[in-house]
Amino acid sequence: MFVPNENSSLSFKDFTFIMPAVSVGNVGQLATDLIISTLNMPQVGYFHTDCLIPMAGNNPYATPGDSSAELCTAAEVYSLPDLKLAVLQIRTPILQAKYRQFRNLITSWIKTSGFARTIMLSSSHAYQRDDQQIHSTPLRYLLSPAMQRRVGDKLQELEWKEMERVAVFPGISDTEKRLYIPGGGITKGFYTDCCSEDLPLAVVLIFCSEGDNIPDAFNLINHLNDWLHLVDKPSNPSAQWRVPCSWRLLFGSGIPPALF
Amino acid sequence: MATFFGEVLSVYSRAVEEDEDEVEDENEEDQQIRREMELKRAVHVEWCSEVTQSMMNSSEKTLQCSDFVIAVGCNAAGFLSAYVLNSGDWTVVGSVSLWNERSRGSSRQSGVPPQGEPSCVFYRQRDCPSVIICLCTCHVAEDQLFQWTEKVFGYIQRRGLNVMVLADCSVAEYKTPDSPFSSGVPFLRALKSSLYGSQIICPLLEQPNIVTGLQAAVLSHCQVHRIPAVLYQSYSDVISPDSVTMETYKPALTCLSKLVKLNTCPSTEILKKLVQVNEVQSNLYT
Repeated sequence: MFVPNENSSLSFKDFTFIMPAVSVGNVGQLATDLIISTLNMPQVGYFHTDCLIPMAGNNPYATPGDSSAELCTAAEVYSLPDLKLAVLQIRTPILQAKYRQFRNLITSWIKTSGFARTIMLSSSHAYQRDDQQIHSTPLRYLLSPAMQRRVGDKLQELEWKEMERVAVFPGISDTEKRLYIPGGGITKGFYTDCCSEDLPLAVVLIFCSEGDNIPDAFNLINHLNDWLHLVDKPSNPSAQWRVPCSWRLLFGSGIPPALF
Repeated sequence: MATFFGEVLSVYSRAVEEDEDEVEDENEEDQQIRREMELKRAVHVEWCSEVTQSMMNSSEKTLQCSDFVIAVGCNAAGFLSAYVLNSGDWTVVGSVSLWNERSRGSSRQSGVPPQGEPSCVFYRQRDCPSVIICLCTCHVAEDQLFQWTEKVFGYIQRRGLNVMVLADCSVAEYKTPDSPFSSGVPFLRALKSSLYGSQIICPLLEQPNIVTGLQAAVLSHCQVHRIPAVLYQSYSDVISPDSVTMETYKPALTCLSKLVKLNTCPSTEILKKLVQVNEVQSNLYT
């Protein structure tokens, strides 16, 4: 359930809601980190739920000047009323048996909060691409019918590629198609839920593999920025996003000198 | 993942599970099995009759507690055993029983396990009943952490509550630009909830380090429910009970001495009982 901070008197009515899917390479979560860090979004509440593995740490977006001693938990909500933007960051995996419960938690919160639209940042296994997909951009989008009515034309203008459906029985019959997002975590289930509940949802995802996924995160967030214009585009594209301090030491500690 | 010697280690892969479709296709029999698994893995909290009675007598049906000290891991529990529980009249007032893959036996055992077995036990002192100590040496699985925290804290009155958690952790989990061994192992790091106002007795846990497990569940609960809480986590290169690692928690005595009577120099007899001699379980060469 959502637990607001004491200090915030909150209304999310007509806000844009961005959230990541816990998916391959954690790209959605990395991209969300970049949004929160760059826009300096204040934390306004927690998602306190048994669906996520618990974790705690100090403020992952601390800057050298300020106090870094604010505790962060597994799922927190950040908000910028000036931009009418709310962001949920999820830092731990969803428990195996709780996928559906978690999706229900999010969809009911979206409805009660009155968000104008939801954007899910996700990723999918690059090795599952077909020949056609390998040759084109790795970025894809999906729109629920409610969102199609609002932004379908805009994304066509931007020449974004819609996520292709795959054959239900590959090699046997091409007529029946289904949505297939391997490595996408709850993405497909959440998209299906939003379609059936007529919620405006856009999924923006990138094909990637596990590894150093920072470039994928930048790729995804720059692509999103082409649509939402969260930050202005300077001449150097990588300079516009601020990398949080929690991204340090991605490959572990320093090497013990005695090793050599 | 099974290792060479046959122990099963839980390995976390960043790759995402693909089972979502299977979950959607569950039939009634699958759901029945799932429900039975949930029951089997449920967390049970039991209290002695005296505590149950005092909860019944309170208006909120909860236990009044000013300080709740939780030890997670054998060294944290050993420290509290040697330095706190050995001086003064501490009695067992409750326990948590649960079952998961790392438990011995095929089902949950209720009541307090024998000495030396993994357990989760609550202690209270006759002279100072508002301080509760919990020693948790059993493994609480990821899906049981939230339940453990909600159930245990559900019995304790929130008003006026302060929480201290002492937890063990392997130094292999600690990330630093220098080698972790250069700072002198074992060492202590702290995390605190926003409402914790007292002084911290060691450095705060630096980014990008995080804590997981029961200590993370307790700290998250306290943060969300606005309870003052502090965690002191000891990073050690020894995973079995070890007196040097136990001594890392000594600075926490300054906070604890305000709460209870302490034994600041436990005898070697006491420490010996707590520290097992490591036997080589299996060796390629014997």
